[in-house]
Amino acid sequence: MSTATTIAKPVMPAKHYLNDNYGIRSWLLTKDHKRIAILYLVSITFFFFLGGLFAALIRLELLTPQGDLFQSDTYNKLFSMHGINMVFFFLVPSIPATIGNFVLPLMVGAKDLAFPKINLLSWYIYMVGAFFSLATMVSGGVDTGWTFYTPLSSGYLRTHVALMAVGIIMAGFSSIFTGLNFIVTVHRMRAPGLTWGRLPLFVWSNYATSLIMVLATPVLAITLTLLALERVFHIGVFDPKYGGDPVLFQHMFWFYSHPAVYIMILPGMGVISELITCFSRKRVFGYSFVAFSSIAIAVFGFLVWAHHMFVAGISQYSAMIFSLLSMAVAIPSAVKVFNWTATMYKGSITLMTPMLYALGFIGLFTIGGLTGIMLAALGLDVHVHDTYFVIAHFHYVMVGGMVTAYMGGLHFWWPKITGRMYPEAPAKLAALITFIGFNLTFFPQFILGYLGMPRRYHSYPEEFQVLNVLSSAGASVLAIGFILPLIYFLWSLRYGEIAGDNPWGATGLEWQTTSPPPTHNFHEVPVVTEEPYAYGEETVISGH
Amino acid sequence: MSDHSQSHPTPKLYVVIFLSLVVGTCLTWGIAFANLGIFNPVVALAIACIKATLVILYFMHVRYSDRLTMVTVGAGFFWLLILITLSLSDYLSRSLITVH
Amino acid sequence: MAINQTTTNQTTTTDHHPALAHHFDSMEQQQGASTFGMWVFLLTEIMMFGGLFTAYLVYRIKYYDAFVAGSTSISVSWGFTNTLVLIASSFTMAMSVWAAQQGRRKTQVRLLIATMILGVIFLGVKAKEYYDKFDECHIPGHVIGKGFNSWGGCDVNNPKLGNIAEEIQEKAKQAGATVPEVSAVQTAKQTEIFFSFYFAMTGLHAFHMIIGVGLLAWLTVRANRGEFGPAYYTPIELGGLYWHFVDIVWIYLFPLLYLISRHKHVA
Repeated sequence: MSTATTIAKPVMPAKHYLNDNYGIRSWLLTKDHKRIAILYLVSITFFFFLGGLFAALIRLELLTPQGDLFQSDTYNKLFSMHGINMVFFFLVPSIPATIGNFVLPLMVGAKDLAFPKINLLSWYIYMVGAFFSLATMVSGGVDTGWTFYTPLSSGYLRTHVALMAVGIIMAGFSSIFTGLNFIVTVHRMRAPGLTWGRLPLFVWSNYATSLIMVLATPVLAITLTLLALERVFHIGVFDPKYGGDPVLFQHMFWFYSHPAVYIMILPGMGVISELITCFSRKRVFGYSFVAFSSIAIAVFGFLVWAHHMFVAGISQYSAMIFSLLSMAVAIPSAVKVFNWTATMYKGSITLMTPMLYALGFIGLFTIGGLTGIMLAALGLDVHVHDTYFVIAHFHYVMVGGMVTAYMGGLHFWWPKITGRMYPEAPAKLAALITFIGFNLTFFPQFILGYLGMPRRYHSYPEEFQVLNVLSSAGASVLAIGFILPLIYFLWSLRYGEIAGDNPWGATGLEWQTTSPPPTHNFHEVPVVTEEPYAYGEETVISGH
Repeated sequence: MSDHSQSHPTPKLYVVIFLSLVVGTCLTWGIAFANLGIFNPVVALAIACIKATLVILYFMHVRYSDRLTMVTVGAGFFWLLILITLSLSDYLSRSLITVH
Repeated sequence: MAINQTTTNQTTTTDHHPALAHHFDSMEQQQGASTFGMWVFLLTEIMMFGGLFTAYLVYRIKYYDAFVAGSTSISVSWGFTNTLVLIASSFTMAMSVWAAQQGRRKTQVRLLIATMILGVIFLGVKAKEYYDKFDECHIPGHVIGKGFNSWGGCDVNNPKLGNIAEEIQEKAKQAGATVPEVSAVQTAKQTEIFFSFYFAMTGLHAFHMIIGVGLLAWLTVRANRGEFGPAYYTPIELGGLYWHFVDIVWIYLFPLLYLISRHKHVA
């Protein structure tokens, strides 16, 4: 442990990207990736809490075995809007559009993304999609489930499917533009000396995510377009009444939606790589393996989609192939988990809030991932398909994994984004509350599913009530765990301790500039000469 | 980063490619009226692929571009192949195995 | 990561090209990034059309006879003409980029205009084809059919589903074969799916063409102002890439839609 010199108290830089320009126009017409990241942050936080509100209503209904709080159709709308808002308007953009937008150009030593105007356009397209989504909700919402299976959605239901489809297509285009920007930036705008093998793993993960965004999302766009056309013009595409094939819809829908779940988790894994290495003060074990595993997940993720369709009527032969491939896709994820663990071994671990979230991620994502392998097994899937087992699985990976990583990343880069530290004690408390609330909410659901409780039902047999009550109780705890950060993050904007350039003593180009960074990111163009994560025995994290 | 600093197409080459494409189109049209059975669509698509390759390599300058561009084009067709093949693998194998 | 900070900033002594954006270090980097960006965008377009092509393939296999009937009923001459028109427009577009590289202002403008004209011709022919389809009631969709009821008696409430079923019967009769009525109705329903894809695929393509013509117009204005030369012709090159892509989609659409079992004359 070096130091010796008295460290002067950090001060806010005089000029930075937040105070460089004032006024609403300077925000709404900005080309600065950092400001665009903040625009996204506000938007997706809104949708996170909106989706959370729907979840709260769902859990409220499920306190009692009878479907007594809402009518069946209304309940269908609740879980549909919960899923749609969470998946398309929160999870898909979450880390890439907020943390990624902010930090990725800094990490590669660039002044901005490759196409700043397209970056801003992507936010506006997202907002148009958000408008359509809200309009749909206001006019009654959709009740098809977020999966829009036909013929329910193509002709049978009377709700505003086409309107919602447009909103989702817009959100999809927004993510395509973000992905396009990231890909070109990583290829063409790295600082001198920054070879691919020196890139932070967060960049590798977001690059892999961007590949998926760019390749998969257009198929969703065309599928939903055909669905909307079928609804409006009654042409035969997916509806058997007109000669269409409903399984074709599922094939095309899941061709996007399965890789989409990797869009959602890969950036989280990138965050975890950064957190583990910083708070263990150790290079990531097996850097190349972790880097290539991101690409492997991106590629393999495209080969497994029909595991959502095992009982839909696909051929047995096809089902077996997809089942095998689905087992294979777990391997790169396992590689990451092993490497993170190995990184921590004999590391110098500091349990700051971001690290708490990272540790939570490793445990919860592992459980989620393992149950995913269980679902990949044909025989077991036939038993638990469309039960709460599936719901528990994907909430473990999405909430226990992705949202946890998102919270960890927000805490980690908050000082870089705002120049201020969040308060550590409330943050640790919130992390703990979230962890407890999450497990209490979703673990009982594994048991419920295995015992046979179907998903998307608002009434259930009496014997399932105890587990459902536990789950709903957990949900209220979880809600507190998410509301607390909202409060103290906002508090920290005014009263948080000034952070200084590098409060964590982390490696990475983003920590070599001021907090908050200047509009053009770096006062001098950085040149990279060393491997990533070169943690020696030097810096100590400024104690909090 | 190479693109047009090395050799790039001359107008004469463009004319050659254009004429090849016209010939290809006429061939496609003509062969369509001959009875080749199962090979009709195969030949038609093969000619289409050749035409597309000519456009990509010469009109779109991929022949004179760096490796990244070629990989990108290849990736596009490869992913399209994944979508088509895996989807069709379901439909075409339905009659193969019957479940009792 | 140890970093040696250098003081190399991009504002150097040589004046940089007015088209250089502030976040790029050089025109070369900007050109490389822009071109690569356009290719990635075309990648997304391949996947979007790809989704349509996949669905089309599934139905072509399922409803082969109906697809033959549908394909026979669209005009192969117009399709062939349009293919030649589009190939010609790709040629003029490629030449226009060459002219820009050479710094020939008038030539590049003329070639851009030629490309636009050919594009508009294509769209005109497509419009004629669409009109013909509506006229013959070879259209999908009950709602559209209802609206155009007066056009030719496309009574889609009629269980015989428009004229296609009758046409199939007619043509079969002329060839000396008989098609049972139930099967004719079935084939007619399936043929409607062919037309769904015909309109969806050519429609999406035409939509891209319209945007392309708009892009070309904008490029023509800029080219006329003398903005493009050997030092900077990226926008026109990107426009070319987009235009060629739209051409390639049609290169596949033509055989897939117009040439299904053309050698069989009986529907």
